[in-house]
Amino acid sequence: MTEASAPPAATATATETVTALRPGVLGTNAARPDGVPKVQGRFAFANDLWAENMLWGATLRSPHPYARIRSVDVTGAWKIAGVEAIVTAEDVPGQPTYGLIRQDQHVFASGYVRFRGEPVAAVAADHPETCRRALEAIVVDYEVLTPLTDPEEAIAGTREPIHPDGNLIRHQRILCGDPEATGPIVVEGTYEMGMQDQAFLGPEAALAVPDDDGAGLELYIATQWLHEDRKQVAACLGLPEERVRLVLGGVGGAFGAREDISLQVHCSLLALRTGRPIKMQYGREESFYGHVHRHPAKIWMRHSASAAGEIIKIEARMVFDGGAYASTSPAVLINGVTHAQGPYRCANAIVDGYATRTNNPPCGAMRGFGVVQACFAHEGQMDKLAAAAGLTPVEVRLRNAMRTGDPLITGQPVDSVAPVERCIRETDALPMPPDLASDADVLSLPGGTGRTADRGHVVRGVGYGVAIKNLMYSEAFDDYSTARCQLNDGVVTLKFATAEVGQGFLMLAQQIARTILGVDDVMLDTIDTQIGSSGSTSASRQTWMSGGAVDAACRKVRELLFEAVADRYGLPALQLAIEGTDVVDTIGTLRVPVGEASMGLRLDETVEYRHRPTEDLDENGQGNCHVAFAFVAHRAVVDVDPELGLVKVVQIATAQDVGRALNPLSVAGQIEGGIAQGLGLAVMEEIVVTDGMVRNASFTDYLLPTTLDAPTVVFSLIEEPDPQAPLGAKGVGEPPCISVTPAIAAAIRDATGRDIRRVPVRPQDICLA
Amino acid sequence: MTQEPIGSPEIYRLQVNGESHDVQDAWLGESLLYVLRERLGLPGSKGACEQGECGSCTVLLDGAAVCACLVMAASATDADIVTVEGLAPDAALTDVQAAFLDEGAVQCGFCTPGLIVAVHHLLEHNPEPSTLETREALSGNICRCTGYGRIFAAVDAVVASRADQAAR
Ligand code: FES
Ligand code: FES
Repeated sequence: MTEASAPPAATATATETVTALRPGVLGTNAARPDGVPKVQGRFAFANDLWAENMLWGATLRSPHPYARIRSVDVTGAWKIAGVEAIVTAEDVPGQPTYGLIRQDQHVFASGYVRFRGEPVAAVAADHPETCRRALEAIVVDYEVLTPLTDPEEAIAGTREPIHPDGNLIRHQRILCGDPEATGPIVVEGTYEMGMQDQAFLGPEAALAVPDDDGAGLELYIATQWLHEDRKQVAACLGLPEERVRLVLGGVGGAFGAREDISLQVHCSLLALRTGRPIKMQYGREESFYGHVHRHPAKIWMRHSASAAGEIIKIEARMVFDGGAYASTSPAVLINGVTHAQGPYRCANAIVDGYATRTNNPPCGAMRGFGVVQACFAHEGQMDKLAAAAGLTPVEVRLRNAMRTGDPLITGQPVDSVAPVERCIRETDALPMPPDLASDADVLSLPGGTGRTADRGHVVRGVGYGVAIKNLMYSEAFDDYSTARCQLNDGVVTLKFATAEVGQGFLMLAQQIARTILGVDDVMLDTIDTQIGSSGSTSASRQTWMSGGAVDAACRKVRELLFEAVADRYGLPALQLAIEGTDVVDTIGTLRVPVGEASMGLRLDETVEYRHRPTEDLDENGQGNCHVAFAFVAHRAVVDVDPELGLVKVVQIATAQDVGRALNPLSVAGQIEGGIAQGLGLAVMEEIVVTDGMVRNASFTDYLLPTTLDAPTVVFSLIEEPDPQAPLGAKGVGEPPCISVTPAIAAAIRDATGRDIRRVPVRPQDICLA
Repeated sequence: MTQEPIGSPEIYRLQVNGESHDVQDAWLGESLLYVLRERLGLPGSKGACEQGECGSCTVLLDGAAVCACLVMAASATDADIVTVEGLAPDAALTDVQAAFLDEGAVQCGFCTPGLIVAVHHLLEHNPEPSTLETREALSGNICRCTGYGRIFAAVDAVVASRADQAAR
């Protein structure tokens, strides 16, 4: 157990292991190599970059959610001094469209605009203010059309397609077991989730530097996946991939929002057009328009259960609104439907999921990726089931908890370590917060310094949530990560294209090399496309995938080192091992420092790490579509003023299945950060969209958790190393933000008795319910 | 709509981190944040909202913590400005910076410079803040990555070590 205020390495279990370890190896709180420049303000984020002779780029966006473009007149903009380039759909030299799964979005709108904020043109000029004036001077003649904003209309097919690909992005059904099965207890509910924004702090930014011959370029970009960006950028520019080199610019958070293309093509195109470096960065409002969001969803669920509260069948209808373009909607949907049962055994299921196309803002990847929506619904159901069966929320969850080997409703056995029961029990065993003091400072009451609760009205509630989350990509995607390890004269250098977005992979890579190779100093090469892909920093996959690749590359180099040492000393290589920073003979007496042993050697290995293959789902939603799973439980304690509808989340307790904590302090950071985002979704954060128009595209109107909203966090790490995972560790990024949201909603229900069906919970959902 | 270049012939002078900088050919509408970052080579202060909501641009203006995005650069000519780059001499770390690293308060780091300045400012004026005082003082600094737990731990660590030093 760890209090938020105490460093996690000081916990009882962690201390024994941590103190015995050499500093900087796996299992320690190794320092981040990017830490010092980050606290000094010297770390170069993508928007800190600057080049000689640089111009600024900016984007013109549609003011309408749906309109036909009659004409675009740029003559006025050309009259403004300082304007060097203006590009529209006609100027895209290569493929006119892009997209992660389906290339259904135009680089610049062509014919139609399909969401408020869709790019229509871009300009390059000598100053951001000149850009702004130039954008203002571009005249677009729109024939405004009635937007399709209701996902149900998209499903019903009653509206003309708003896109040649139709209004339904994907439908997937899961049929499992006996559809007629039923039980004495039947509970049902409809659950809704609003649109959440990733709200990473560092807005989209890039610097594009054209090659001297004008036939290629270098793009410094804050992204999650350099190689996928390169593929799409090169295709749109009509350039061979090798003429497009991407370098990771410092990334100010991501959370899924940098998986899709935003300004990459626009910025590159302007650089090629002008022959000059182009810097582009979004302001906060534009950032809201410039990236995809978490899908708003509406989910109906019905659970049939035995009198003892054991789940017999689940039925669900899940609607995810994908907005105007596909982005990752097909994959988000699959995550939603395949996680409909939650971390519970269930033999029979009928689930229908729809990802719709509308004129709402496009939605795609965000931390939790489809599972957040499913979890809010199944956890609401578990509480209803508990009530119907006369069980406590904890009992009903324990009674149904999945174990290693149990099948999902897709027929896939959960062969990851599945300590669901432990997650629930350990969460429940964590200490409760003290009662609200009668003289509590107003800052600690619901509402804080704003509309503040009346102390006498405040009621407390407790709620639970438990989640299962798939790790890595699914549905037969051939996923891999590449890493190179060099050991030259005692110096290790690692190279990979893994996007460091703040999660701490740089530090982890160094920890791995120190552990495997017995060195202290590990150099990191530039993160760019001059090596094979490392895949995306998403889906909780980099510790497993890129960690696996770095681990494998280091092990290969270690083998070479052992062979060299074996040669030199006439020993069998198999007898050698690394102990601390030495190569040792495990049977004899030889002990040579790695630095000395590797003098004069130039060892160099590049490895592609792959996880086991997965399958597509069949038409009944059956198939081994996922790689692995992680589990987590949350308990929320809230104070609510039911009269004013104000909520203060007092404490979150959580036990998380992490496999193995490779850097306990970083795991703590992921847990606390994920909880804050899940809290935001529960009670604060929503992109409000009416008639296809975003009403709150700013940090003034889109409310993010602040220091005053942060709950106390107590947690317990469940370390049961997963044999499939290269380092025994499961991804820890997504689980923290998943079941915390339903736990908070449940706690509000507990405190108020109100039927909370929707998050974020707004004051009116409590006081007017 | 102007067709003239937007730079102004006026020159103004800013005092930043103890050095004096002339700003010329600048558009007079530029914020202090823009001028620091784009003209003076001091990109340590970040901009995440440009409307005073996130604190990532926090600098000290005559000792007061302000959002540089809300200050017109040309109006700050008489002020003594300190940015994150000016808190410690080259390569050195202040105790606050060191504590942020030790306590795991840095992830993406975009909020970090603003928070470091804000924490220095807080502890200067209130060396032993209560939990709620710390939370209130930092409530204008958004961090999206950490959930703040490690940041509170860093503040507590600095408070404890400063108290320790004072006692000796
Ligand atoms: S950029 Fe100044 S407060 Fe956000
Ligand atoms: S560390 Fe990323 S916003 Fe604070």
